[in-house]
Amino acid sequence: MSELKKIRDEFILKLNGKLDLIELNQIKSDLFGKNGLISSQFKKIATIDISERKKFASHLNVIKDELQDKINLKINEIQNTSINEKLKKEKIDVTLPERSFVRGKIHPVSQTIDEISSIFSEIGFSVEEGPDVENEYNNFTALNTPDNHPARDMHDTFYLDDKRERLLRTHTSPVQIRTMLKDKPPFKIIAPGRTYRSDSDQTHSPMFHQVEGLHIDKNINMGHLKGCLNYFIKEFFEVKKIKMRFRPSHFPFTEPSAEVDIGYEVKDGKIIIGEGDQWLEILGCGMVHPNVLKNVKVDPTKFQGYAFGIGIDRLAMLKYGINDLRAFFDCDYRWLNHFGFDPLDVPTNYRGLSR
Amino acid sequence: MKITFDWLKDHLKTNFKEKNLLEQLTNIGLEVESVESLSSDNKLFKVAKIVKIAKHPNADRLKVCDVNVGEKEFKKVVCGAANASEGLITIYAPPGAVIPKTNTKLEVAKIRGVTSYGMLCSESELNLSDESDGITELSKKYEKNIGKSYFSKSKSNLIDLSITPNRPDCLGVRGIARDLAASGFGKLIISKEKQIKSKTKQTLKVKINKEKGQGCIAFGSCLIKNVKNTESPQWLKDKLISVGQKPISAIVDVTNYVMLDINRPLHAYDADKIEKAIIVRNSKSGEEFTALDNKIYKLEQGMCVISDNKGVLGLGGIIGGTRSGTEFDTKNILLESAYFDPRSIRNTAKKLNLDTDAKFRFERGIDPLSIEIGLKKASSLIQEICGGEASKIDIQKIETYKTKTINFDVTSFENIVGFKISEKGMQRILTDLGFIIKKKKNFLNLTIPSWRPDISQQIDVIEELVRIIGYEKIKTIDPIKDRSKSTLTQTQKLFHFLQRAIASKGYLETITWSFTDRNYNNHFRETNKEVKIVNPISSELGVLRNSIFSNLIMYMSKNLDRGFKDLSIFEIGPIFTGSNPGEQKTVVCGLSAGKKSRLSWIDKERNIDLFDAKRDVVQTLSEAGYNSDQFFIDSNTPNYYHPGKSGRIFLDHRKDKVAAYFGEIHPNILKKVDVKTENLIGFEIFLENLNSSSKTLKDQKSKFAVSDFQKSERDFAFVVNKDVKAQELINAISNVNPNLISNIKVFDVYEGENIPGDQKSIAISVSIQSSEKTLNDKDLEKINNSIIEAVENKTGAKIRS
Repeated sequence: MSELKKIRDEFILKLNGKLDLIELNQIKSDLFGKNGLISSQFKKIATIDISERKKFASHLNVIKDELQDKINLKINEIQNTSINEKLKKEKIDVTLPERSFVRGKIHPVSQTIDEISSIFSEIGFSVEEGPDVENEYNNFTALNTPDNHPARDMHDTFYLDDKRERLLRTHTSPVQIRTMLKDKPPFKIIAPGRTYRSDSDQTHSPMFHQVEGLHIDKNINMGHLKGCLNYFIKEFFEVKKIKMRFRPSHFPFTEPSAEVDIGYEVKDGKIIIGEGDQWLEILGCGMVHPNVLKNVKVDPTKFQGYAFGIGIDRLAMLKYGINDLRAFFDCDYRWLNHFGFDPLDVPTNYRGLSR
Repeated sequence: MKITFDWLKDHLKTNFKEKNLLEQLTNIGLEVESVESLSSDNKLFKVAKIVKIAKHPNADRLKVCDVNVGEKEFKKVVCGAANASEGLITIYAPPGAVIPKTNTKLEVAKIRGVTSYGMLCSESELNLSDESDGITELSKKYEKNIGKSYFSKSKSNLIDLSITPNRPDCLGVRGIARDLAASGFGKLIISKEKQIKSKTKQTLKVKINKEKGQGCIAFGSCLIKNVKNTESPQWLKDKLISVGQKPISAIVDVTNYVMLDINRPLHAYDADKIEKAIIVRNSKSGEEFTALDNKIYKLEQGMCVISDNKGVLGLGGIIGGTRSGTEFDTKNILLESAYFDPRSIRNTAKKLNLDTDAKFRFERGIDPLSIEIGLKKASSLIQEICGGEASKIDIQKIETYKTKTINFDVTSFENIVGFKISEKGMQRILTDLGFIIKKKKNFLNLTIPSWRPDISQQIDVIEELVRIIGYEKIKTIDPIKDRSKSTLTQTQKLFHFLQRAIASKGYLETITWSFTDRNYNNHFRETNKEVKIVNPISSELGVLRNSIFSNLIMYMSKNLDRGFKDLSIFEIGPIFTGSNPGEQKTVVCGLSAGKKSRLSWIDKERNIDLFDAKRDVVQTLSEAGYNSDQFFIDSNTPNYYHPGKSGRIFLDHRKDKVAAYFGEIHPNILKKVDVKTENLIGFEIFLENLNSSSKTLKDQKSKFAVSDFQKSERDFAFVVNKDVKAQELINAISNVNPNLISNIKVFDVYEGENIPGDQKSIAISVSIQSSEKTLNDKDLEKINNSIIEAVENKTGAKIRS
């Protein structure tokens, strides 16, 4: 029996026994240390007779690998055992609550404005704004509603001076005036924003939101108006079909004017838009009155087009099943949390309006 | 405007049903607001008389009435009306009747312990008028009707139309019939004018003063002598009741009837009470008169009044006076049929805050050619019912009505509405509407009917045509998906970005009113102008907000009262710096109350503090693309912030405009508005003060350059005077060599043992890294020394050894 075999058998026996990490390291050093038994055998190779050398070296390598593998296996075994033991002790109740987080929310009116902007963006409208405080001229006179016009009675106006020259805008229509005075046609804008009327009860709030639409170009007619609103309503309510009714009406700043109703029905206490035989008024619109165009120095014989005004709060109520208008501005934490939207839910063209 | 189908049929020959009528009305722009059935239940409402009144044993204001309803036994009815008195004839509703106004069904009920069998009704409860003070008072003439139904047996529903302000002609039933006929709903019946054969002249002199601003253009009158005013005949009473009017006396009823039928307001004077002559003139300042609503009006100069030698009789076209009113014993009456200038009517009514049916009609414009028709129709009816002799008609005027004509280019129709109709079709509709057409070569010359003050140009005619033809004929042209201009501007994008960035940090977005309570506003107004609303909804909403905080604090407080302790809310919207258009700024304002963490198994409790707000603001601004390394922060803040625990942020050292404030709300304000919370922290970001970068995301991305050479971390501790700000140390360090030094962080601030009382220790860590080589010990040593030297020189600090 060669010396090598002796070393091997002795240590395999040892390694098969029960060992801790220290003992194992000792064995490792006994074998592979600087003067370890295996290391020494390697040093011997050079002294061995050439004829035997190859055989010896190969034998030595086999034994070296065998022992090394055995030691590594053993070390792994011990390490695993100790980790497993540690893990047994480290069990934690994962059903305990996570660190607290708070979710912010976007107000339904803001969300609705973003939805509206997204829809109109796709058909080429850009967003314009105007100030909340307006002068009498922009809010009424320029919009073909001179003083002494009975239509002014329909707007319960908040005034900021006794001469009634400055006021809180009663609609977003003065943005039409500002836009057209500032630029040259064509115009294709929407203008969402705050509007004010001194009217306060269950269904009226002294402040509410409107979105104005204006499209002036050559040859824009009532068919385009119908098409635009039809598209908007379908997209907004995310329905394939919509029942829509244009009814003649009167606004001083448009002619012909129309009010638009959409069809709905009530199913299990919820309003379903686009079905049924009930009508719900949702907006006013019409062809911009030539007098308005003249007031903003647009030639009505060359340019014409339509305008519309939609109540944003009302749209939000219909879409999201909100019953009470007053609650929009009451800041009740519970309401905001319930009807608010996650800030990451940004309505866009490519991902659509909702999840 | 209230009508019935039956009444319409006086003017319209049609075979259609009521259901078709309702649709057609709405289709041609006469919107049906509501349809009320007066037929089924209304026979239950009976004329009744209060026989006896006793005090209610348990309630001071209530009375227990014995009511004669035409049955053997009197009904016991509990009533709270102040005008309930013994002998009063009124309207009784038995149990089971449905009250028209409230749509509630009456039941036998115990009111404060006394059983009430039915109810005595006010006019408003019966939708007869807006009069809700007290129960209906009927004249003695109704005594013989006790026990009979008050309402007629009309089967026709009451149809309430919403007539737009441009259509005064449709404030009369005939006008509505004319529109319907034009739309093919029937045939307009030609009205037979009754010719009164009168030989007597109108002997009461009428004069319209020619003065500046005279509001009366024409004044027609007819004197009817020796009438016997009486109760109206049943047909007339039924007619008025069917549209919710209360019959009064034949003379008044006839004038009302003519007004409702053809929109021709009339006024009847007791001619014997007129002193000599009628003078239509401008009022003098301070003149007074008692109007038919029993109120005394003090007039300003220049209001159009009808007067006699004694004084004002009435406000022309708005309201008559009590002095010359007709009564049952009136013998001689003067009927007035006039034309008043809509502007004059509106001005006067607005100044006196008066709203009457006549005013409503005159300010929209009455047919100036209806003066005579109205007088003829009314005087012949009065003669028929009350007898007497009518005079010839007298018309005084200061201007003669001229018919208006316009030229209508038939091709303009298609340009506007997008579809075509034949010229013949157009002519038929316009003729039916009362236009007189002269066909010219390239256009139609149209004479506008005198009852259509709203029509003056081509577009008005187009509207008439498309309205009558029907909007459903308009084609739907699908929009083109094409965008030539970007949807949002840079500022608008920033607005939306900030909105969602703040919300994503745990804030609930609120929208509060742009006006607020001045008491709250004053806490945050600083030196800004108070912007008052002249006519606020209530005194608590009397000013435009100078800051969003006033509303947020108010609502925060309400939510805390609801039992929520830890809450962050924000609003993005306008604040106002003046009362002119444009004097407003857009602000993102946030407010947090309570604790950041509360009662948790894992985290320590901690009040929310200004560094939470500062993080939210700085993070938001960084996310929006502003470089937080360049921010300059100091502690000059408005007075509503805690003077020691608040700061303001500039985007850079130039300190141009304040980008934001953050900090604790001043404890005094908390005390005054009584907010109960551990801590109240707010911030404001001023959108207009953020110079919106015109760079797109594409442009913002500069060349990507990082260093792979070894990075060293170095810590320094400086002892420095307490009033020195950490920012000064940081700036000093970053200026040493921005190419090598980065990541400057304050990791400890210490005051106390081993440090002199007026000083503090600030510990700062920095990263030092070159993009060109690995720095050796010597290089690092050099930088270290530069840092220490810079900080010591610039801030008076000493390195702690």
